[in-house]
Amino acid sequence: MTTGSNALAEPHLYLRAQARWHGIEIAFWIATLLPFLLFKPYLLLASQLAITALFALSLDLILGYAGIVSLGHAAFFGVGAYAAGIVTKYGWGEPLSGLLIASVAAALVGYAASFIVARFRHLALIMITLGMGLLLFEAANSASWLTGGADGLQGIKIWPLFGAFKFDLYGVTAYGYSLAVLFLLFLVARRLIHSPFGLSLRGIRENPLRMPAVGASSQAHIRKIYTIAAAIAGVAGALLAQTTSTVSLEVLGFQRSADVLVILILGGAGRLYGGILGAIIYMVARDQFSGLNPQYWYFWIGLLLIAVVMFLPNGILGGLAKLTASWRHRAS
Amino acid sequence: MAAPRELTAPALSTRGLDKSFGSLLVAGGIDLALPQGARYALVGPNGAGKTTLINLITGMLRPDAGQIFMGGEEITALRPEQRVKLGLARTFQINALFPRLSALEAVTLAVCERLGHGGNWWKRLHAYREAVEEAYGILASLRLGAHCYKPTRELPYGQQRLLEIALALAARPKVLLLDEPAAGVAHDGSAELFAAISGLPGDITVLFIEHDMSVVFRFATRIIVMVAGRVLVEGSPAEIAADPRVREVYLGKKGHHG
Repeated sequence: MTTGSNALAEPHLYLRAQARWHGIEIAFWIATLLPFLLFKPYLLLASQLAITALFALSLDLILGYAGIVSLGHAAFFGVGAYAAGIVTKYGWGEPLSGLLIASVAAALVGYAASFIVARFRHLALIMITLGMGLLLFEAANSASWLTGGADGLQGIKIWPLFGAFKFDLYGVTAYGYSLAVLFLLFLVARRLIHSPFGLSLRGIRENPLRMPAVGASSQAHIRKIYTIAAAIAGVAGALLAQTTSTVSLEVLGFQRSADVLVILILGGAGRLYGGILGAIIYMVARDQFSGLNPQYWYFWIGLLLIAVVMFLPNGILGGLAKLTASWRHRAS
Repeated sequence: MAAPRELTAPALSTRGLDKSFGSLLVAGGIDLALPQGARYALVGPNGAGKTTLINLITGMLRPDAGQIFMGGEEITALRPEQRVKLGLARTFQINALFPRLSALEAVTLAVCERLGHGGNWWKRLHAYREAVEEAYGILASLRLGAHCYKPTRELPYGQQRLLEIALALAARPKVLLLDEPAAGVAHDGSAELFAAISGLPGDITVLFIEHDMSVVFRFATRIIVMVAGRVLVEGSPAEIAADPRVREVYLGKKGHHG
């Protein structure tokens, strides 16, 4: 870290050092290409993993950075999934514009919800987001003319990506596509958290009562980040719809909202990579444990969650960061 | 038309400010007029309504009746953050900081919000070099420059009290309200804090709450004494020291404590 004499004299250099890419980050993103070479049978799983990671990233922006708890984040994932699925039923199967339509739909729902969300905190907020998730679930359930209701959305037809890459059975296109979208939106999120807006979000997380006293309108900031997070969650949902050619009610379910929260807490909130690491652990664990005894695999997730919250309050990534910091301290 | 009025109007004034919590009167008919550059001390026994008055002026509480003006412009209906944008800043008696932000980040946040950059989400922070350097300058002027890269929660308490003031200064205040700036600070630390306060630019109007009368008499040019939600008397330090009502109510009460 550059906190030496150079940065002391030049405070902006200290801030630039904070935003700098670390070697381990670059290594990580190169490693995400490995499934193409080493784990070909798992490419479909890998694409689902990238989608889940993107969904967790969107939750991290509101929970990890602005401190806004949500137990209904699947609402936006689901809106994106249905929007992407429904446009193909009306004869438009181009995937990239489908993503755009889905993100706009999710952003609109998120923007509307943000006016309520920005006014509450803590338990009230958990209940409100939970309630909004349930409302959307039942709305989709009853609007079966549009969504297919409990049977799911039938007849999704996705055109080849760029008119050339068909979504194959092995998931080569699916993973490449999901990974590319995850990476691009990760770059956007990374810019955002190192901007003045990102700093103000952390201010809201750290002390929402002080924010008005420094002239900040917390509610306007919260509305903005909630809308952005909803748009990204919508893209994640759309990716799932497009890569699996199905949309079921489960995309809006409470379970999905709870899962993504668990994933983010396991990995570590407020660190951008926490959601990705959590998604890797969660998806791989589900794949492995549910092979052993499919009914009880949540037992292990429950155990892991309790252990992490008890012993690593900043998640696994937070624990790792602490560990490397103490190693470095000992080395110097 | 507005310009000559602004020249003569006090930096901060209130007219007939009332506030009750249930049957408890915490502010009754408060009329104040603080000229630009004045150094006011607000004193009175515990529960007199001093912090409540700051909360009313800054908009954290709504008055039941009355008006608040800054430079002749009425601000009674404005939200707290809008008042800050007009140059009305405050500090808190109990630290209200951002524990996991470094001091530099915290003050940069406040400067960016003042400049209207708070919603910019594409350009990275270090590109706003003027804002960052202004934040650093404020911290350096309070002798926090060497400690500004540490998370706030790791700073010693006395430096956290200075950071409270730094955050308020980032708003480029015309009027600065300090709620017991030296609360919880040892005696020599308190002297250092008030030395920093008296070193603030002379055009800033300062109102501070303080219990230590020796500090009040040293740093205030005017003193307001509040008792039970009302202004008992306002005057120069000499007038206040000689006022028998102040002796009776304020010093008399102090006598009971021993």
